[in-house]
Formats: sequence, structure tokens, C-alpha cells
Amino acid sequence: MENRSFIMTLLANDKAAKWFLITLVALAIVVPFCNLMVPADSPFHVSTYTVTLLGKYLSYAILAIALDLVWGYCGILSLGHAAFFALGGYAMGMYLMRQIGDRGVYGNPDLPDFMVFLSWTELPWYWQGFDMFWFAMLMVVLVPGMLAYVFGWLAFRSRVTGVYLSIITQALTFALMLAFFRNEMGFGGNNGLTDFKDILGFDLQSDNTRAGLFIATIFFLGLAYVVSKFVVNSKMGRVVVAIRDAEARTRFVGYKVESFKLWIFVFSAMLAGIAGALYTPQVGIINPGEFSPLNSIELVVWVAVGGRGTLLGAVVGAVVVNFAKTFFTGFAPEIWLFFLGALFIFVTIFLPQGIVGLAQQLLEKRNKTKTATPKAEASV
Amino acid sequence: MKQLDGLRETMRRDRVFNFVQKRQTMALPGTRPVHDGEVDVSHGPILYLEGVNVAFDGFKAINDLNLYIDDGELRCIIGPNGAGKTTMMDIITGKTRPDSGSVYFGQTMDLTQMSEHEIASAGIGRKFQKPTVFPHHTVFQNLELALQADKRVWPSLFFKLTGEQRDRIDEVLKIIHLDAERDLAAAQLSHGQKQWLEIGMLVVQNPRVLLVDEPIAGMTHQETERTAELLTSLAGKHSVVVVEHDMEFIRSIARKVTVLHEGHVLAEGSMDEVQRDPRVISVYLGE
Repeated sequence: MENRSFIMTLLANDKAAKWFLITLVALAIVVPFCNLMVPADSPFHVSTYTVTLLGKYLSYAILAIALDLVWGYCGILSLGHAAFFALGGYAMGMYLMRQIGDRGVYGNPDLPDFMVFLSWTELPWYWQGFDMFWFAMLMVVLVPGMLAYVFGWLAFRSRVTGVYLSIITQALTFALMLAFFRNEMGFGGNNGLTDFKDILGFDLQSDNTRAGLFIATIFFLGLAYVVSKFVVNSKMGRVVVAIRDAEARTRFVGYKVESFKLWIFVFSAMLAGIAGALYTPQVGIINPGEFSPLNSIELVVWVAVGGRGTLLGAVVGAVVVNFAKTFFTGFAPEIWLFFLGALFIFVTIFLPQGIVGLAQQLLEKRNKTKTATPKAEASV
Repeated sequence: MKQLDGLRETMRRDRVFNFVQKRQTMALPGTRPVHDGEVDVSHGPILYLEGVNVAFDGFKAINDLNLYIDDGELRCIIGPNGAGKTTMMDIITGKTRPDSGSVYFGQTMDLTQMSEHEIASAGIGRKFQKPTVFPHHTVFQNLELALQADKRVWPSLFFKLTGEQRDRIDEVLKIIHLDAERDLAAAQLSHGQKQWLEIGMLVVQNPRVLLVDEPIAGMTHQETERTAELLTSLAGKHSVVVVEHDMEFIRSIARKVTVLHEGHVLAEGSMDEVQRDPRVISVYLGE
């Protein structure tokens, strides 16, 4: 009831939110339709490759929302957010590995291929339970959430802020990457987890499953958006922004700043985990490369380009930058990183509010001229 | 030696342990009962600083400071630069911990054992030297954030403003003369208006003690007068402690003045008494 009324007021008062949600619903209907129903030779046909690509972008968009909550709203620049994404992805990957059963190369019904290859005889304790979907999904949010809780509790309690915090988060994701590269960790080492067969009994290679995953991604993106909107529109969200702008003042007004930071950090990590879980089955692989610090930095660029401090900006940034990435790496892969760097510098200098900020300014200008003209006429 | 001091401190017979006091809700004859978390001002003063010392890298910022603020009084604190005025406020609000000495809020609350947000919730509000408001929030939202309420995370997430609370904010908006600017972002306010907003953010918390650090720095003459009015009207309902350099301003509002010098109370009394004090004259005029 509470939530429904919140959605209603959101739709009524926030035009951008309304159009965003309408776009999502339209995408969820049109894209699968054009993929499954429209014949392949029609100009309106959307290839399965495109559906998967879009699904990947949209799961990145959820991740971007997660980072925007801590960076754009709370001012905590996390340079290790992709770690939470990767952990969520691994939890999903573990479920998918267990689903393979005896269809692996070695045909071992109890152990994934890479364990047989390492001549392990039994499943490690931390793999127990991942054959159950609900358990794996629980871990998708719990593992990133727990890590964020422990990390945040230590960092925020000691009042680590600014650059120092960014560096520690970077170190965190780097350490995790090195750990996951090790075969002894039991997560597939260098190769990661791949060769998935099916999810909940549906074949991962079929177009229908792909379309289903796409719709699920859109659903979770919409949900993440609405819940995040609820958080930032609440008084709690205003406290978080207050912490960003004047931390000491917030403390002396009577808020326990550490608790608020920790809450938003854990919430954000859980969102990132969900994004990772949606990413893995669509891309078909999860490996330690996802923990690479570069990924987290790229993520910061998405949010900066889209416009930090606006949830919509995070989504727009993630989609636009990744589209550009696919485009550029397609015809000139060696210039992509230069382009990315140039884009970040350009946006920081010329568009500090990002794409969405620019759009807002243009809209305001147009409205001003609109209201200004009749006045001018009246005075004449 | 230190351990011996610690032992002496525990064996002192003129003080009751905190955990014993908290249970003591029964009234002594002639007094009213004091509940947990309530400020006990039955002896008059609301703030006690006794024998407080703070040193930063060997520099004694506060040196055996003894200061008592009565409930409801308006106290001005003056002193040359480096006299320890701001450090004193840092100690009261929990930002700086004293090396030794005791700081009590009422009879029962030991401020040296409380964190900043606990002290703020208990009823000590502080205005900084430089006006610090939340620039991206509107004037109304600034006050809403400061408003006395359950300030933990989950209650804040589901917080809804009640009619009474709205009235309270409206009332404070009138007190600080920012009624017309209520929907303006705080960043757009003038310097003086920001100072008032910050004072308003303190008032709306219903604190028992207001600590105000240099309220008229950078204000126009007219704004200064209004601020003086505002502060005198707040005294009585709240205890107000003002730190200021401007003598004329102090003269216009002060009833009792404390002069700090080198982290120590040099003189205390009415403005005239203090100004006649030869020690004060020598500190201010040199030699």
C-alpha cells in the first residue's frame, strides 16, 4: 500500500521518472516482440545478439544507479564498486555451474569441470547450497551486502573519507581480483565460471530464455529505480545529501553519520550484486577480470557522463557510454581507452552535471524564454 | 602515578557513579525526579567545565579552565585570538576530548563520554564560526533536517512531517525572518541570512544550550542589530553562549561576560566590571 501510493505520487509529480518507466515498459514489450515474433528477414527484426547486448547495458545501468547512490548522493567515491557486481555475478555463476550437472566435459555429476581438472574429490563447503536457486539468489544480495557492511563499518567508523577511502576501495577490488585468479580459491581461477547450460530448467541458448532474461533485467532496473527514488526522496535521502555537503554540520544536528553512510553503502552493494547476477547468464561467463580496478573506474565515468546525483543520469550514462564502447571497439579498439579518457575530461570540465544536467538546463532555459515572451509582449 | 590518580578518582566520595545515578528516579525532598536522558539543572548551572586541560602538540590550548553556565542565561565569551574560545566549544560538543578535567551537562551527563550526535540529541546545539548550512536543500528542508525527531536511519527513511512539526518549522521561519525564502536553496541566501538559518537550525532542535561562535562576522550593521535582537529573545528559553570579537555587539547584548586568556578564565562579570579590570586591559591593550 505504502509502495503503491509512492509510485502513484512519483508518476504524478516527476515527469522524468514517468517517461523513464514508460520507456522501460515499452522496451520490455517491443524488443522481445521484434525478436521472437517478427521474421528474421524483416527490417523490424531485432537479433538475439542485440537483445543480449541491450540486456547487458541495462544490467550495467542498475550498477550505475548503485554507484550513483553512494557517490552522487552521499559523496563517497567508491573505486571498487565493480567488486560487489562481480560477487553477485559469481553467486549466480555458481548456481548456473551446479545446473550443468553431468553434462560437463568430464561428466561428473557432483563436481564442476574445473574441480575435476584440479583433481578435487568433493565439493568445497562454500559451494554447498548453490544448487538451490533461492539460496543462490539470497547469496547474490547477502555476500556483497556483508562485505560492504564489514568494510564500511571499519572505514566509516574510523572516519576514513575522500581520496583515502577511494584508494582503499580500489585496493579491495584489486585484492579480490588476485584472490579469484588463484585456482585454490575454488572459483575456476583464471577462466572463471562459464559453459552454462540452463537456468531454472530453461535453455540459456534459446531465444525465449534470452528474452525472458531481458525482461527480468528491465523489471529489476525499474524496481531498483523506484526503490532508490523512494530512498533519495525520503528524509533519509536528504540526510545523505546533507552528509555529502556538510558532514560536520550533519553530525552536530544530531545524526549518526556513520550509520547513514553504512546503510547507503550496503544498500548500494546489494543493488550491484543484483546487477551482477543479471549480467552473468546473459553474457555467459564470469571471470576475475570483472574485479579489475579498471571496471570500477569505467563505472565512475558512466555516472559522471550521465550526471551524478540524478538516478536517471546514471542509467543514461551507463547506456550511452557502453553503446559508444561497443561501437568504437568494433572498428578501432585501440582508440577506445583514449576516447574514454577524453570523454571523462570533457565531461568534467564542460558538463559537470552530465548529460541529464545539461538537458535540465536546456529545459529550464526554454521554459524561461516561454514565460518571458508573453511578459515582454504585455509590456509593449 | 597515573594509576594512583585513577584510583583516587574512583574512590572520591563527593561523586555518585553514573550507573547509580541513572536509576535514581526518586525525587529528593524539594526537587523533582530526574529521568534518564533528562538534564538535571536543580543546582542552577546547566554546563560545568572543571579543571579542563587540552594540549595540541605541547601547546596548551585550554589551561585549567573552570566555567559554569547557568540555565537560561545569555553569556558572552571574549578573548584575544588563541584564547581557546573555539577549542572550548569543541570540548563541549565532543569534537575535542579534554586531556583532563570534567565536563558535565546538568548534574548527570558526562559530555566527555558522549559522541557528537549524542550530545546534539541531548540538547546542545552549535553554530560554527563559518556559516554551515546544507546548500542544496531549501531553507525549509534545512530546518526539517535539524528538527527534533528520531534521527536514526530507518525512522528517517519512513519519516513523515506531522502538522505540529510543520507549525514548529513555520514558527522558527518567522523567528529568523526567512519566511519568504522558505523554498529557496540555502546556497542562494546572503551571508547574514545563512547565519540566521544556522541559528534557526539550532532553535528548531529545542536545545537547552545554544553555542554560537562569532554570529555577526561579516554582517551589515542592520543585520547585526537583528541578530542581537534574535539572541536576546532566545535567552531565557535556552541558555545561550556567544563567542564574539565585536565589543560593541557584546555590550548591546551581554549581561555577563567571561574573558578567556591563554585557555584560562581571566575575569568574569558585567561588561563594565570586566572593562575596568586591569588584567583585562593589559591583555587587550598589551603590556
